Amino acid sequence: MIEKTAAELSQALSSGVISSVELTQSYLDRIKKYNAELNAYITICEDTALSQAKTADEKRAAGDSSPLLGVPLAHKDIFCTNGVTTTCGSRMLHNFVAPYDATVVEKFNTAGAVMLGKTNMDEFAMGSSNETSFFGPVKNPWDIKRVPGGSSGGSAAAVAADLCAMATGTDTGGSIRQPAAFCGITGFKPSYGRVSRWGMIAFASSLDQAGPLCKSAEDAALMTNVMAGLDKKDSTSIDKPVEDYAATLNDSLQGLKIGIPKQHFAEGLTAEVEKGIREALREYEKLGATLIEVDLPNNHLSVSAYYVVAPAEASANLSRYDGVRYGYRCENPVDLDDMYKRTRSEGFGDEVKRRILVGTYALSAGYYDAYYRKAQKIRRLIKNDFVEAFKEVDVIVGPTSPHTAFELGAKTDPVTMYLEDIYTIAVNLAGLPGISIPAGLSNGLPIGMHIVGKDFGEAKLLNVAHQFQQQTDWHRQKPNFGQEG
Amino acid sequence: MALDKSEVEKIAQLARLHISEADAEEVANRITDILALIDQMQSVDTESVEPMAHPLDVVQRLRADTVTETDNRDELQTLAPEAQDGLYLVPKVLE
Repeated sequence: MIEKTAAELSQALSSGVISSVELTQSYLDRIKKYNAELNAYITICEDTALSQAKTADEKRAAGDSSPLLGVPLAHKDIFCTNGVTTTCGSRMLHNFVAPYDATVVEKFNTAGAVMLGKTNMDEFAMGSSNETSFFGPVKNPWDIKRVPGGSSGGSAAAVAADLCAMATGTDTGGSIRQPAAFCGITGFKPSYGRVSRWGMIAFASSLDQAGPLCKSAEDAALMTNVMAGLDKKDSTSIDKPVEDYAATLNDSLQGLKIGIPKQHFAEGLTAEVEKGIREALREYEKLGATLIEVDLPNNHLSVSAYYVVAPAEASANLSRYDGVRYGYRCENPVDLDDMYKRTRSEGFGDEVKRRILVGTYALSAGYYDAYYRKAQKIRRLIKNDFVEAFKEVDVIVGPTSPHTAFELGAKTDPVTMYLEDIYTIAVNLAGLPGISIPAGLSNGLPIGMHIVGKDFGEAKLLNVAHQFQQQTDWHRQKPNFGQEG
Repeated sequence: MALDKSEVEKIAQLARLHISEADAEEVANRITDILALIDQMQSVDTESVEPMAHPLDVVQRLRADTVTETDNRDELQTLAPEAQDGLYLVPKVLE
């Protein structure tokens, strides 16, 4: 049962095949057995999960038929959870017990989903391999010598290894989509503004967006139905009606125009990933879609512009960690400046400090125009590339990552790690929705296919992903890890 | 642009970070590498391009000027490393 999609579990719960308490217990047992090896969870909420499950069973018995009622999920440890430690993968917040629920968490609570625990992540979501976590790296269930991707690596590994039915994540430059690709699952970043960021610890405020990591596009639709919507507490959440994303999943793709960006099939892409994506594209042709080459001429500048915008916003956002109001404080500070500096130097890891320094530099007097303003201009060019391309096509498809999951410790140089997100970062800069779905295996490791939609084109994107999953079973493939009997 | 150790110290001071003498050169080298990546942007002429600060072209929503937050000072101060009588305690600022 634990391997099933959330949609299937919802059916099983409503038909009484299993109760939420039984289901929750199965996942908790599995977490106990396998989490030590994977390190996917930072916090496990056994007691509250079982009590939420009991409540869900009672509600179902009383006639409540909310789709995700009683379905067990995990939240990335970037979402504040009332009364539960929220670490953001950092020593700085290792002891921070959030005094409120993030809007996303509150929405899942209202929908009756059961929270199993909080998942591991790169520190403050800064990383592409989950190796920057203060709580140690997460292992990829497909090969425990390899990384699960990042920064939502714990969520991706937990879904892939069936340590939960579904999980939340956040994506600033690829942090949902790249780990979804590496772990062979479905990961969806909605348009910027579609999901509230309130209570989601800020990294780069003009780029961060929450979304689902799950076992199918249909599950992503069900989760987005819960997560999306205007939130008065987030001034950047958009006042636009939420569609029923599950309603159009079965629309025909006859006549769909798929853009193939030549820049995503160029130098740097490994042969095995290219082969997998080309084969997947043939499936779309069988479904009646047409492939059209599109040009994203400024894509190669997206990583450069991102590493100004994201660190600049991060340096401002992370200035709040000063050892005064919550979180870590250094021992025996001699004066205020010493307290700030040692608290921040001991509380943050190397990658976070590096990005704060880069951001501070880019924003410092005399450099603002050369860096921050320049990056904002490049950002406009990148957005314009998409605007032009979407005049010709309905969605844009390519690889999520140039290669499959790499080995732990293989990439020690920050710039090499930053280039990991070469296909995903432009989507955040432009604010568009993007999804990664499994599209093949290479040497036993999953290949992720990246589909990008128009502004607030969530429904079409999920429809396009779902139709592929009706034709193929890549999203049903499981790692050998944790397979019993 | 290459950064040297003294520039790193200056930025670290702005960011209230302490970089040890032993780490300074390594940090300077890493940041220099990152700036080299960033400097790829400089190859493009963006003279006439309008900067894009944010993905959404929307105006700030306004709300009625009424109190929406309740006072939860005591609860929030339980999270503080040191608090007393409703105040956050920090090392002495004035002698």
